[in-house]
Amino acid sequence: MADQMYREYILDHYKNPRNFGRLEDADISHEENNPLCGDVVGMDIKTRDGVIDDVRFHGRGCAISQASASLLTERLKGMSLEDAREIGKQDVLEELGIEISPARLKCALLALKVLKVGAYGLSQEDE
Amino acid sequence: MSMSTSIYEHPTGSGDPAGAPLDVTAIRRDFPIFETGVAYLDSANTSQRPNQVVQKMEEYYRQYNANVERAAYKLSEQATAEFEAVREKVRVFINARSKNEIVYTSGTTAGLNLVAYSWGRTNLKAGDLIVCTVMEHHSNLVPWQLLAQEKQARLEFVDIDEQGRLRRDQFDALLRQEPRLVAFTHVSNTLGTVNPVKELTAEAHAAGALVVVDGAQGAPHLGFDVQAADVDFYAFSSHKMCGPTGVGVLYGKRALLDAMPPFLAGGEMISAVRLEGTTFREPPHKFEAGTQAIAEVIGLGAAIDYLQGLGYPAMRAHEDALTDYAYESLSELDGVRIFGPPPGPDKAGVLSFDVAGIHPHDVSTILDRTGVCVRSGHNCTQPLMHRLDVAGTVRASFFLYTERAEIDRLLAGLKEAQRIFA
Repeated sequence: MADQMYREYILDHYKNPRNFGRLEDADISHEENNPLCGDVVGMDIKTRDGVIDDVRFHGRGCAISQASASLLTERLKGMSLEDAREIGKQDVLEELGIEISPARLKCALLALKVLKVGAYGLSQEDE
Repeated sequence: MSMSTSIYEHPTGSGDPAGAPLDVTAIRRDFPIFETGVAYLDSANTSQRPNQVVQKMEEYYRQYNANVERAAYKLSEQATAEFEAVREKVRVFINARSKNEIVYTSGTTAGLNLVAYSWGRTNLKAGDLIVCTVMEHHSNLVPWQLLAQEKQARLEFVDIDEQGRLRRDQFDALLRQEPRLVAFTHVSNTLGTVNPVKELTAEAHAAGALVVVDGAQGAPHLGFDVQAADVDFYAFSSHKMCGPTGVGVLYGKRALLDAMPPFLAGGEMISAVRLEGTTFREPPHKFEAGTQAIAEVIGLGAAIDYLQGLGYPAMRAHEDALTDYAYESLSELDGVRIFGPPPGPDKAGVLSFDVAGIHPHDVSTILDRTGVCVRSGHNCTQPLMHRLDVAGTVRASFFLYTERAEIDRLLAGLKEAQRIFA
């Protein structure tokens, strides 16, 4: 049922997002939206010697898009940009750990798109 | 019922004028999709289709499948006769003077674009004013934006009031600037607002403007009388009125259609083609280039028969009762905020709302898990979402086959969503 998609930790990340806000002196700053539902996710990344020193996200949208962004920022902190480049859709979906319906995939992958386009100039279609 | 005198409605068709209630249980047997157990509350998006429509299309494919208007054998003659009989059926449905004012299109969007491209690009010049409204579906807004950009015309929008009705003071003020064209919707697909088409049209005409009306939501739920309202163009879609996808109708006054150049060029719309140049057929064929959606047109005819068999007064009364019930029930839920006018003569069976703390897509997903289909998001009305200052809404819409139990399932699903997100 619906509870399998809206597990407690997903709702927790939605209601209490980690690393939420802006970084004034970000090295990478990018925002994307999902035209289907109007979800917005932006990410500010501060790097040092090729390593993600700090990261914040901002935006508004559904529980899936915001929880996915929150989870991704937790993973990114301390990671090298080189390694972060390798994070794939499957990694994000596994981290969410819930069954995502096809209609909601774009919500789940919006934060990853922000990272890929913002940090590497890649669109997800390029992968 | 005194609906025939309402300024908001110009219903056509037969049916018991006393509004004998619909037998929804019997009606639902015509729609096999309900055997799946789904609660379908998204008819403003696309309606379901009864057996009668599907069977009529199948009959064409199985018994007289041929192209129309261009072959000299019996099969094609029969297909052409059925295809043209629907044109007459549509004429009666919207009470046009002539069936030559009925142009088949692929849907409302195509009809509105036809006006924008053919009439607009011929008649508008730099500095001309087009008046539109903030409640429009993108398909009655973006074509005018493109037209205005191309012609360096001005485009102004009438705002809504706090209950989601058009601001008549603004409408009047814009008319004083003598627009060339006024485009608005019969019924808002998000707010359910029924606009007083006849009044607005009379005012626009007095100001010297032509009137284009988006009938995508109006034709299915209220019906429309183009002569009574005196609109210049009225576009609607088959798929929102129990007919198949891929076909729609553009009504245009004959004198306007006569003077308009073709939009798409190709087969069927020509009179004589020489390498030096081409002459075109009369309307409506001038605007029907290429092989038309023949089966779909024939299916649309069956859909009109179906709706008129039930009767618009009875359908409207049924949808009104559902809207009353849903509006009242939703109003009692904490955290639910409903957009648009309350139930009444200027409200159709469309309820958009949001639920505090839960994104519309999350609401929709949770409802979907219980078999309830609603629309969520911007409903193809992004400017209206900005106006209401929301990212999106949840939208439940009702039609002739909707039953109260489906609304009860919606309410149960909303409570479940609130429990999960509590």
